[in-house]
Amino acid sequence: MGGSSPCASCKLLRRRCAKDCIFAPYFPSDEPHKFAIVHKVFGASNVSKMLQELPILQRADAVSSLVYEANARVRDPVYGCVGAISYLKNQISQLQMQLAVAQTEILCIQMQQQESALPTQIHQDDCKPFLLANNNNLDSISQYLNFASSSNVIQDPADLKRESFWT
Amino acid sequence: MSSGRCAACRYLRRRCTEDCILSPYFPSNNPQRFVSVHRIYGASNVTKLLLQLPTHLRAEAADSLYFEAQCRLEDPVYGCVGLIFMLQQQIHAAESQLVKTQAEIAVMKSQGQNPEAQQAEQDFNNLLLQQSDNDAALSFPNQVSSGFI
Repeated sequence: MGGSSPCASCKLLRRRCAKDCIFAPYFPSDEPHKFAIVHKVFGASNVSKMLQELPILQRADAVSSLVYEANARVRDPVYGCVGAISYLKNQISQLQMQLAVAQTEILCIQMQQQESALPTQIHQDDCKPFLLANNNNLDSISQYLNFASSSNVIQDPADLKRESFWT
Repeated sequence: MSSGRCAACRYLRRRCTEDCILSPYFPSNNPQRFVSVHRIYGASNVTKLLLQLPTHLRAEAADSLYFEAQCRLEDPVYGCVGLIFMLQQQIHAAESQLVKTQAEIAVMKSQGQNPEAQQAEQDFNNLLLQQSDNDAALSFPNQVSSGFI
């Protein structure tokens, strides 16, 4: 009857893996790279402190997020996860722009349909130059929306609470 | 007479040399910045990381380390990964809304060409129902393991 094999952390740190080793549940011996990368970026003692401050039920998720951050930092030593955050924020901005253009087009079509009975008709193509010319100018689009009394424009995400930390 | 130590050396209670690698990025007027980074990464890990980088990239690296450290202090379970997850959800919602809006445009255009195009309206309603089903199917019992690791 042999003892159980040490966890990846204790193997890397070359120490005895105690029964109550805080790392053992989250860094099994068959995944040595997981602890290696977390240790490289955060350090074993910092990770241990972080895990000790958390309820047991939340530690698995914490380890997963630490591994993710550590991997991101090793791949991109300058920006780490912040690079991904910037990229995602740009994607959201572009989608919001496309959505604003699409919503403007809906208003344009609605206006045309409402005015189709009037003598002076607005042709659908009249909207296109406006949309194309102002594709990158949200101010113009919002002015147009104000004219149309629209309240259907998507708002900027107001709950990015960490915006204040990073410009 | 002030000692002129950077925030890092002041916190670590050591002499701040002229070639202190941390001093340009952890000035003495912002001690909290180093405290946050030290709590998460440790001074030696930060030093090692900055030493690996060319000088002109170290300021950006220090800023991103500070940002991530702050995220981790605010959310000890998910850190900035929680923010990434939230942004991915926002992207998904915006994409869904864009698809719906573009479908609505297609229907309106077809109705404009054929005012009695009831089939197009029915297709649009079916698409809306489909989108609602897709949104309901999204569930994230475990945020971190649901896709981006």
